[in-house]
Amino acid sequence: MAANLRNQNQLLSKMAIGDGHGENSSYFDGWKAYDKYPYHPEERPDGVIQMGLAENQLCFDLIQDWLMKNPEASICSPDGVLNFKDTAIFSDYHGLPEFREAIAKFMGKVRGDRVKFDPDRIVMSGGATGAQETIAFCLADPGDAFLVPTPYYPGFDRVLTWRTGVQLVPVFCASSNNFKITKSALEAAYGKAQELNIRVKGLLITNPSNPLGTILDRETLKEIVRFINEKNIHLVCDEIYAATVFTNQHNFVSVSEVIEEDTERNRDLIHIVYSLSKDMGLPGFRVGIVYSYNDAVVNCARKMSSFGLVSSQTQHLIAAMLSDDEFVDRFIAKSKELLDKRRKFFTEGLEQVKIDCLNGNASLFKRMDFRRLLKDQSFEAEMELLRVIINEIKLNVSPSSFFHCSEPGWFRVCIANMDDSTMEVDLLRITYFMLQNRYRNKVVKVPTKKQRQQSSLKRSLSRRKMEDFM
Amino acid sequence: MGLLSRKVTCNNGQNSSYFLGWQEYEKNPYDDVKNPKGIIQMGLAENQLSFDILESWLAENPDAAGFKRDGQSIFRELALFQDYHGLPAFKKALVDFMAEIRGNKVTFDPNRMVLTAGATSANETLMFCLADAGDAFLLPIPYYPGFDRDLKWRTGAEIVPIQCTSSNYFQITESALEEAYQHAHKRNLRVKGVLVTNPSNPLGTTMSRAELNLLVDFISNKEIHLISDEIYSGTVFSSPGFVSIMEIVKDRKLENTGVFNRVHLVYSLSKDLGLPGFRVGAIYSNDNMVVDAATKMSSFGLVSSQTQYLLSAMLSDKKFTKNYISENQKRLKQRQRMLVSGLEEAGISCLNKSNAGLFCWVDMRHFLSSNTLEAEMKLWKRIVYDVKLNISPGSSCHCTEPGWFRVCFANMSEETLRVAMQRMKVFVESISHVRSQSNHQALNNSRRRRPLPKWVFRLPFQHDRDPEGR
Repeated sequence: MAANLRNQNQLLSKMAIGDGHGENSSYFDGWKAYDKYPYHPEERPDGVIQMGLAENQLCFDLIQDWLMKNPEASICSPDGVLNFKDTAIFSDYHGLPEFREAIAKFMGKVRGDRVKFDPDRIVMSGGATGAQETIAFCLADPGDAFLVPTPYYPGFDRVLTWRTGVQLVPVFCASSNNFKITKSALEAAYGKAQELNIRVKGLLITNPSNPLGTILDRETLKEIVRFINEKNIHLVCDEIYAATVFTNQHNFVSVSEVIEEDTERNRDLIHIVYSLSKDMGLPGFRVGIVYSYNDAVVNCARKMSSFGLVSSQTQHLIAAMLSDDEFVDRFIAKSKELLDKRRKFFTEGLEQVKIDCLNGNASLFKRMDFRRLLKDQSFEAEMELLRVIINEIKLNVSPSSFFHCSEPGWFRVCIANMDDSTMEVDLLRITYFMLQNRYRNKVVKVPTKKQRQQSSLKRSLSRRKMEDFM
Repeated sequence: MGLLSRKVTCNNGQNSSYFLGWQEYEKNPYDDVKNPKGIIQMGLAENQLSFDILESWLAENPDAAGFKRDGQSIFRELALFQDYHGLPAFKKALVDFMAEIRGNKVTFDPNRMVLTAGATSANETLMFCLADAGDAFLLPIPYYPGFDRDLKWRTGAEIVPIQCTSSNYFQITESALEEAYQHAHKRNLRVKGVLVTNPSNPLGTTMSRAELNLLVDFISNKEIHLISDEIYSGTVFSSPGFVSIMEIVKDRKLENTGVFNRVHLVYSLSKDLGLPGFRVGAIYSNDNMVVDAATKMSSFGLVSSQTQYLLSAMLSDKKFTKNYISENQKRLKQRQRMLVSGLEEAGISCLNKSNAGLFCWVDMRHFLSSNTLEAEMKLWKRIVYDVKLNISPGSSCHCTEPGWFRVCFANMSEETLRVAMQRMKVFVESISHVRSQSNHQALNNSRRRRPLPKWVFRLPFQHDRDPEGR
C-alpha cells in the first residue's frame, strides 16, 4: 500500500498530489454541515441555513422577465435560431464584438458613467477565478509574490498560487482603524518580502472588499497607486462587487477613475478583474473579465483566455441583455434598492440584540462583531464559537481565520443569497442565540491593542503560511 | 527585472505559419458574392455540415434553450449552478454519447468525467496533473500545432516528438517510440507519458489496433501515462472504423492493473457536434487522484451552466443522437470524397486510408523544387497568395518530411469546395506547363539525353501506393 502510494506520488505531478487546492481546510466544515442537512422551510425547518455563500439572488425576477420578453437573445430558441450557426462556431478568443461592447458599457454604468471602458481591452476568462489566475500568470513567474491586504477572500490562496507557483504576502490591516490599508502596512509587507528575498510583482486589492464589505475612499486608492508606482509593481483591482454599493453612501471609486485623474501614473501597471457572478447573480454562466491598461498584458491574457473562454451561447445572451440600456439602468437601480433593504433589515435586527457589524457600505454580506462572545481572544476560541454557530444555531457563517484576518471574532454572513422569509428565520436564530448567551453570562471585554497584537503573534507562530511575515 | 512574466514574451508557437495563414485569410476572406477572388479558408478544422440537424432539434425543443424544464423556469437554478462536478444530467448524457460513438463497445462512468472549457483546457489541465515543469510527453509527428501552446506554455512541460514517416503512412512504430524515449533521456527530460490524437489530426486517419496495442505495451513497460485525445471520434466515416484506447484496455482485461489508471481520454463537442463556440471539453480518467485534481482545476474554466443544460437535453434525446451520428458521418464521407477526387484530378493524392476527421493529409512533395522545408514554405506561400487557398503546411504540424499539407473540407459549402478544387487544378496545370517547357528547353539544349526530372514519375497514375480501400 505504501509502495503504491509512493508510486502514485511519482506518477502524478506535485500539483496534483499536493494541498495547493486549499480544500482540506476547515473553511469547508460548515459547508459540509449544510450539504448534509440544508434548510428548507417545510421539509427541513431545522436545517442549516447557508450564510457562507456570497451569491446575489435578489434580482432573478428582473432577469427572467427580460428573458421572456426577449426570446431572440437565446440563439437556441425559435426566435434566435438564425444566429445559431454563426454563434456556435465562434470560438475566436477576441470574443463576440457585441459582447465586449456590452460588457464595457455595463462596467461604465456600474461606475456611474464616470469613466469609459475600451471594448478592445476586455478579455474573457472562466469567471473571476480564471481571470485572477490569468493575471497572475501574466504578471509573475513562479516564486514571485503578490501583496494582499488582510482579511482577504480565501480562494486567492488557491486561485493565485496553485498552478502559477506565485506566493501571497499579507499586508496586515487592523480593526482599530476599520481595516484600512495604510502606507505603513504596505511598506512593512514589502520590506518583509525583500528581507526574505522574495520578488514582489504586484499588489492585489478587492474593492469593494470581501470579506469586509467596505469600499476604498479616493485618498486611500490614490495612496495605493502612488505606492505601486514608487515600487514599480502592478496593481490588480478585483472589482467584482462594484454594483453592490449602497445607494445613498459615498460613490464607489474605481481605480479606473483614479488613473483618469492622475495622468502621471504608469498605466501599464493597472489591471482590473471583473465578473458578472456577483453584480448580476450569474455565477453559473462563468463570465469573467480581465481588463488591463497594459497592451502586452491584454495580448497575453487574450491568448491565455483560450483556456477558459466564455461559451458563445452565453456571450450572445449577455450581449443582448446588457445592450438594452433601459433594462441595465433599471437592473442596477433595483439591485441596489433590494440590497439596501436587505442590509437594513439585517443590521436593524442585529442591533436589537446589540450585535454590531463592521461599518460597510457595499457587497452581499455583513461582518458581525462577535469578539465579546469569545472566551478569549484566540482563534481556537473563535473555532469553538463557530462550531456552536454551525451545530446549535445551524447557520453556516465564515469566521475571521478563514480570511487571514489578524483578529478573531469577526464573522462574515451573506445576506443576499436567500429570500425574505429565510432571512427572518436567520435573525430569529441569531436573536435566540444572543439571548441565550446573555443568560450564560459569556460577555467578554473587548481586548486592548496590545492584547490583540500578542495574540496575533502567538497565533502566527503556529500558522505555517503566515509565520515568516509576522 | 522584467515587468511582466516570462510567459508573456515566450513564443509558444503562436507565430507559426498555422496562424500566419489565418491572418492572411482574415485580410482577404473569400465570399462567393462579395469577394469571389478572396482566400478560401481550408486551414480551419470545423464541422459545418450538420447544423441543420441541430437547428431542427432546437426548433422542436424550445424548453432546453429557454431555461425551462417541463415548462417550468429553471433559470435561477442554472444561473447559480457553478459546481465544478458539473450538471449530473449533462455528464450522464455526455458519457452515453461517447459510448454510442464507440458502438457501445465501451461504457463510461460519469463520475470519472471532468468537464472543462473545451479540449484546449482539458489537455492543459491533464498536463498540470501528470507532469511537473520540465517533464516531457512524447507525441507522434505530425501533430496539431496548438499542442505547443496547450501542453507546454503555462505548464512548463516539454514535448519530444516520435518520428513517423510516410514510408508506413506515418504510423507509430516500436522503434520510433523507443528512440523518442531515449532522446528525451539524452536531453535529461523525465518522460511522464505519451499523447496521441485518435483519429489523428492532421492525418485524418484512425489508429490501428496494432498501434494501440503497441502503445499500451510501451506505457506498461515504462510505467508512464497515455493520453488519447479522441475529439474526432465521431467523425470516422469509413473503414477500418474507430477503435478507442478504452476498448483495447477492456479487451486486454487491464482493469486491475496499473495501466488502467494511466490511460486518460480527452473529449470535446467542438468537432463531432460542430460547436467549438460552446467550449465543451472533458477529461476522462480511471485514476481517482487525477479526477479529483482535475475537477478542482476545472474551476479555472468551467462550462457555462446554460450550455450544459441545453446539451444535456439534446444529448439525452437518443433518437436525435442516433440520427445525428450516422447522418453526420455520411455527409463527411461524401464531402471528403469530393476533396479527394478533386485533388486527384489535379494530380495530387491524399494519405492512404484517410477515413476520419475534417481534413485530408495531402501529398504535394512532387511540386517541391527541392526536398527541403524552405521549398515547402515557398510552395505554401504560392498556394496562399497566388492560388488563394489557406491550407496548413506540414512543417507547422512538425512534420519532418517536406511537402505534406493539411487541407480541411468540412468548413465550407460544396460550391466553395468546387471553386477551391478548380483553383488547384489551374495552379497544377500552370506548374506542369512551366516545368514541361523548361524541361523541353533543357532537353533541346543538352548534347546528351538527360533523364526527366523525378517529379514526372510521381504523377498519380504512376503512384506507388496501395489504392484506398473504401
